[in-house]
Amino acid sequence: MRPEPHLIDYAIILLYFAFVLGIGFVLKKYMKTSTDFFLSGRSIPAWIAGLAFLSANLGAQEVIGMGASGAKYGISTSHFYWIGAVPAMLFVGIFMMPFYYGSRARSVPEYLKLRFDEKTRGFNAISFAVMTVFSSGVSMYAMGKLLQLLLGWNFTAAILISALIVLAYTFLGGLTSAIYNEVLQFFLIVMGFIPLVYLGLRDVGGWEGLKVRIANDAMVHSWKYMGHASDNPMGVEWFGMLMGLAFVLSFGYWCTDFLVVQRAMAADSMTAARRTPVIAAFPKMVFPFLVILPGMIAGVVTSSRMHDASAKESVVAGTAAQSSFFTGGKGIIPPKYDEEGKPVLVGGKPVLDYDLATPMMLVRYFPSGLLGLGLCALIASFMSGMAGNTTAFNTVWTYDIYQSYINKTASDQHYLWMGRASTIFGLAISLMAAFVAKEFNNILDVLQLVFAFVNAPLFATFMLGMFWKRTTGHGAFWGLLGGTVAAATHYGLTLPAGAVMGVKGGYLGPILHVYPSEMAQNFWTAIFAWVGCFTLTVVISLLTAPRPEQELKGLVYSLTAKPEESGLKWYQKPATLALIVLVLLVGLNLVFW
Amino acid sequence: MGFDIRMPIGMLFTLFGILLIGYGAATRGSAIYVEHSLGLNMNLWWGVVLVAFGLVMLALTRLRRKQ
Repeated sequence: MRPEPHLIDYAIILLYFAFVLGIGFVLKKYMKTSTDFFLSGRSIPAWIAGLAFLSANLGAQEVIGMGASGAKYGISTSHFYWIGAVPAMLFVGIFMMPFYYGSRARSVPEYLKLRFDEKTRGFNAISFAVMTVFSSGVSMYAMGKLLQLLLGWNFTAAILISALIVLAYTFLGGLTSAIYNEVLQFFLIVMGFIPLVYLGLRDVGGWEGLKVRIANDAMVHSWKYMGHASDNPMGVEWFGMLMGLAFVLSFGYWCTDFLVVQRAMAADSMTAARRTPVIAAFPKMVFPFLVILPGMIAGVVTSSRMHDASAKESVVAGTAAQSSFFTGGKGIIPPKYDEEGKPVLVGGKPVLDYDLATPMMLVRYFPSGLLGLGLCALIASFMSGMAGNTTAFNTVWTYDIYQSYINKTASDQHYLWMGRASTIFGLAISLMAAFVAKEFNNILDVLQLVFAFVNAPLFATFMLGMFWKRTTGHGAFWGLLGGTVAAATHYGLTLPAGAVMGVKGGYLGPILHVYPSEMAQNFWTAIFAWVGCFTLTVVISLLTAPRPEQELKGLVYSLTAKPEESGLKWYQKPATLALIVLVLLVGLNLVFW
Repeated sequence: MGFDIRMPIGMLFTLFGILLIGYGAATRGSAIYVEHSLGLNMNLWWGVVLVAFGLVMLALTRLRRKQ
């Protein structure tokens, strides 16, 4: 089943590489100050910042992971978009951007420093910097493994080449280069995936045909079976979904993660900054059709050689390899193999390699030529994610760690130089992490778990900080720590069904609760973290001295003038656009109810 | 900034489209389309869409430059 890309496919990929690098070279001459390099000189128009906002997050984890989730859980995966990401994006644009952009903070940790104090910034900056380089490494590892499995490319060569290209264009053109390339990558991903969805849907007879083939009502309805955790394949009930996924995790990510917020901070005006996430919300709303549907289709179609009589020769030639590849698979999703090439079994049944659902769809439906475009889209998604991490890392490192704690008084040119240097060593650490991941898979699992604990309570801190002027620095800092501990404790006392103690939880000894699925456990861990952080922050804030109000102007809702919106046309107003998104969102939830 | 991102995007997609149209025309009636894309010569058709998209992007770049 392994495809053999032809010259035409490689030509397309090489052409893409050439353009990505070219953009970096052209932008080099615009990088004169550190503000140009880290913030694009705050000169990016809203539509560009918006598409970059979307694309920076659109890493491989999303394209591959959402396809996998679609294959596993069906259309319920759309909750990650329709009640998760999109409402959170509207919220950050309408309500939070006035403080991020208005305070002139250069990063999210710097906002924490302005609003609270040095220790809160330090905690956030350091955990974010470490997390960013390692998650970049994790996604490099995933890409290398995928290209190796799918195309037989060399693992080391694949990640080295892509890392070097990302390094070159972010080193040369800084954030502007990353943002411009993210816009290019956005269109590439869209144009690469539309034909995939078209061919897949055409093959199964449209959405109605897909429903018939899936033959599982719970996989083609997003809300109908959310009443009880046991009724739906995700093992989550509506409350855990709304509170855990939508409120805590999605708002926590989209409203506080510097990787995305940086794109809006680079916008050329306050209204552009506020429009950035709202503009991103429009395409984000339709992304489920591009990334989830291929996964769902992968589970119900067959390899063409097997069902298409007109390709007789290839049936004969390919039968042996084909059947061995697919024993125990589902649709065109192959089973997972261990190091020795044997299928991984759980309870006597083979485990499916869901991460291959979308890649196998590319191989199944794209002839040579289009395959090059599809692979390009896949590689573009890896690169946009990697570049997003790289630019967020070099900014937080240079401004919030280096300038704040190591060298406070250097010249702007020195910080510009440090930005470039940290681009190199950030990517170098990520590369090392990718190779470590290849050897010791569990280390990164543990690291990701720790990051999840640190991230979970963040939204409580930002919400209180922005909307309750009484919140103090001590409250914020200890609240964050307390929320992290609450997450780790909850996770340590619970387990998902069928899992053993360890990375999956339960490490504190007694198991107080068994969740029906890992997802349910994660959502509830986030809920506990949020409640822990919220409560502790409020209590400690009330016990400590408040900051004088004049110091909080522009940082807190009640002490900041409402953004001026007169003189804007209706389609330029962030709130009007957000309202349109909301109406469409309700419609989508109802259609797929 | 004097650099409009729509220009390289327009150029890249136009080139992609031309490559796909050329390859699609050269492989008309090939078994690869039966095997993969339901008998449709998707290289040809999608190539046309990509060229159209690329040209729109280039036109927008020119339009802005004139203003």
